[in-house]
Amino acid sequence: MSASGAGAIAREGTGCPEPEILRQRGQREVFCGLTSIVWLHRKIPDAFFLVVGSRTCAHLIQSAAGVMIFAEPRFATAIIDERDLAGLADMNVELDRVVGQLLARRPDIRMLFLVGSCPSEVIKLDLSRAASRLSQIHMPQVRVVNYSGSGIETTFTQGEDTCLAALTEHLDTAPADERSLLVAGCLPDIVEDQFRRIFEELGIGPVQFLPPRSSLALPTVGRGTRVLFAQPFLGETAQALAKRGAQLLPAPFPFGAEGTALWLKAAADAWGIPDLEFRKAIAPRRERAQRALQHYRETLAGKRIFFFPDTQMEPSLARFLHRELGAELIEVGSPYLNRQLVDMDLAMLPPGVTISEGQDVEMQLDRCRAAQPDLVVCGLGLANPLEAEGITTKWAIELVFSPVHGFEQAGDLAELFARPLVRGQRLRV
Amino acid sequence: MQLTVWTYEGPPHVGAMRIATAMKGVHYVLHAPQGDTYADLLFTMIERRNHRPPVTYTTFQARDLGGDTAELFKRAAQDAYERFKPEVMLVGSSCTAELIQDDPGGLAKALALPIPVVALELPAYQKKENWGAAETFYQLVRTVAGPNAPAPGVERAPRADGARPSCNILGPTALGFRHRDDVTEIRGLLEKLGVDVRVVAPLDATPSDIARLGEADFNVVLYPEIAHTAATWLKRTFRQPMVTTIPIGVNATRDFIEEVCSVAGIGKADALEAQSRLPWYSRSVDSSYLTGKRVFIFGDASHAIAAARIASEELGFAVVGLGTYSREFARDVRAAAEKYGVEALISDDYLEVEQRIVELQPEMVLGTQMERHIAKRLGIACAVISAPVHVQDFPARYSPQMGFEGANVIFDSWVHPLMMGLEEHLLVLFRDDPEFHDDAKASHLASVEGTAERAPQAPAPTPDAIIVWNPDAETELKKIPFFVRGKARRNTESYAREQGLGTISVETLYDAKAHFGR
Repeated sequence: MSASGAGAIAREGTGCPEPEILRQRGQREVFCGLTSIVWLHRKIPDAFFLVVGSRTCAHLIQSAAGVMIFAEPRFATAIIDERDLAGLADMNVELDRVVGQLLARRPDIRMLFLVGSCPSEVIKLDLSRAASRLSQIHMPQVRVVNYSGSGIETTFTQGEDTCLAALTEHLDTAPADERSLLVAGCLPDIVEDQFRRIFEELGIGPVQFLPPRSSLALPTVGRGTRVLFAQPFLGETAQALAKRGAQLLPAPFPFGAEGTALWLKAAADAWGIPDLEFRKAIAPRRERAQRALQHYRETLAGKRIFFFPDTQMEPSLARFLHRELGAELIEVGSPYLNRQLVDMDLAMLPPGVTISEGQDVEMQLDRCRAAQPDLVVCGLGLANPLEAEGITTKWAIELVFSPVHGFEQAGDLAELFARPLVRGQRLRV
Repeated sequence: MQLTVWTYEGPPHVGAMRIATAMKGVHYVLHAPQGDTYADLLFTMIERRNHRPPVTYTTFQARDLGGDTAELFKRAAQDAYERFKPEVMLVGSSCTAELIQDDPGGLAKALALPIPVVALELPAYQKKENWGAAETFYQLVRTVAGPNAPAPGVERAPRADGARPSCNILGPTALGFRHRDDVTEIRGLLEKLGVDVRVVAPLDATPSDIARLGEADFNVVLYPEIAHTAATWLKRTFRQPMVTTIPIGVNATRDFIEEVCSVAGIGKADALEAQSRLPWYSRSVDSSYLTGKRVFIFGDASHAIAAARIASEELGFAVVGLGTYSREFARDVRAAAEKYGVEALISDDYLEVEQRIVELQPEMVLGTQMERHIAKRLGIACAVISAPVHVQDFPARYSPQMGFEGANVIFDSWVHPLMMGLEEHLLVLFRDDPEFHDDAKASHLASVEGTAERAPQAPAPTPDAIIVWNPDAETELKKIPFFVRGKARRNTESYAREQGLGTISVETLYDAKAHFGR
């Protein structure tokens, strides 16, 4: 990273005392980055994701995708077999053959991601060389990009981060004197459109999104680019964009009425919009979000919440639950705390909350059982076993699959947390 | 390297997990990278188990690879022993750990734990889930029951006079297709026959149960994909005969009873078939529309072979295709396919299976969740007969596949996706009514499919492009109800080819109809 890039991306201190962070090493009950293919492939409808890995990788994606929802998926696995490992087959030749077979079957594909896995990385299969070789063969019809979704390198949402960081390398450079806003992180189209309308009303623009809805319409990046991150797990993408000269606009993440207002404010400030004008412009939507949240306040206020680490969204969601819905936080676990991105959310957490990074799942379960929280946010492997112990849970995976960002989704986000509690009250069986 | 869209089986360590999770008192320490814990959700979500699988993963990361992953494994195994206090520990590697060659078996041995440790060698780049389950069960049985084996050459003592015969039921696991209910059904059947069931394994068995497997007179192998290897070893070591008929379908259940009685040396009990409804339901006139329905069958070997027999003998279908993803049992499936005059499809390539279905244009698919998707896209009726499993394959109600009740369940679940009885004739009668126009959905699918347009029909295969339909014939073809149109098109084209005709006219269409019959 260039010095100026690093400077651009660094953020002013918040003036808050360093929070104490609990770090334990043990079994980590998290998905690997391959899982993010499940939502990435839906966002870019002309892209195909080819994992180069093992039968385990193929099995993971199909299981995480709710077991085969999509009859004709835009993801697949090139399964390495013993012939490849024994050197009986040249793996690069094999990969070229598989890619040829795939592209012949899917002429609609414009971008192919070669996704690295644990086995491909342990045997040091060079997918970046393979990607440039294959690009040469298949361009201009298909661009081939590679990134890692392996479990040894990434957890769950970090797969989106490494994907977007890899895409950043392929963005055209925007003129340095051209100011534009780039929103980074997968958002459902409907949410993207809502944000686009707000930015337009505020006079902020031009606005681009990463990833784009079509791989033929990649955004541009340059010294005039200001970046708002829609997701807190995009650390590598932040670095890659900084390298291209873009400036990060530090902000809490756009969850809830307050979070969304602060996030938009960061862009408004960068565009020099007077505070009063900004407040006036967002007021109707902000009030509507607050009205929507009101429905769930009664259910969630005072409820004791425990986050297991899954998505890296935990600090931001905890901030939302605490400040906008009055929930009490017991532990906020995250697989990785990207301080550069989540510091502002962390600083808004109340004192006394246990913040944990990484995991020893057995010890964390011990703490959870001892605390007997009202609601546990956790992964699919833990949810039913905890329910069976009488502990109410919310699956974390839904938080990345559902539209939860922005003013209009603030109520929906609260509802995701309220639903298990409401259900518990309803059931008499 | 193989391009894989969907997989029929997981990696072999998932098979080992199915054994560990089925049992009590067993813990599996798996050397695996971060992320492999996804496998827990198969059990907690798909099967709705209320406990985590008894598996500890080392979840190593890139930074550990530079350091001491072997030490990481030893610590995980030691901690798992102290926390869970299992009676037996399984240790092994997932695909990535296999590449770093840490030897979990040797490392666990060095810990000198005071319990039996079974070191699993499951080659992940070569073998798959069912093989992994079978190998794990076999190794576990060998390790735990082995010490109780009689000396070589010692014959089994005959059963004491007046003692009831006894058996073990082998094969049911966690995440099995209807294993839970099959066990209930077959245990009940055996008890009615006067046979005691000593141990069911691995489902709900403890290591102490495994230790006394040799006590029973014989073994019932319900799922050979899982239990064949172990049962063969028990036969050799304890001289326990094995019952290998798989009681899926009325006729197979009758054969099973016969085999059990012969192995146990007992007479047949009466009134076993009191609740068996399939034979009458199939003979009742409402079922006449099932006659000659062309079915394509694909699944694990046992379920596919059983389904073909039921389809052919008990429902009067025509088996037009039969296949399996269980390469280990390819020979059995080939032999079965020969009986129906079809070529067996032995493949774990979803794309190849799809291709075969498109070519054969069956009226019904009996397959796995994967074939359900294919059938849905092609607008063909489908029922699921085999793993890989889906949350729907764990119904709340009692729903076995085996025994006479299993046959009742199969009758219902295969027949419902097809048009309901007389409904088919009504469709012909009313086909020009607005409700029954070609693009209207079948009423029983409307709730599932919403108001979406009908899935496009399978493209007609054109092995040689020389046959042309003239417009009148094409129009006439469209008047034929959609669910037999594919068959009419195929028959007419093959008739035209036979007759050396290049063009199909209305006359050709009806000539072909007369030639082939309905």
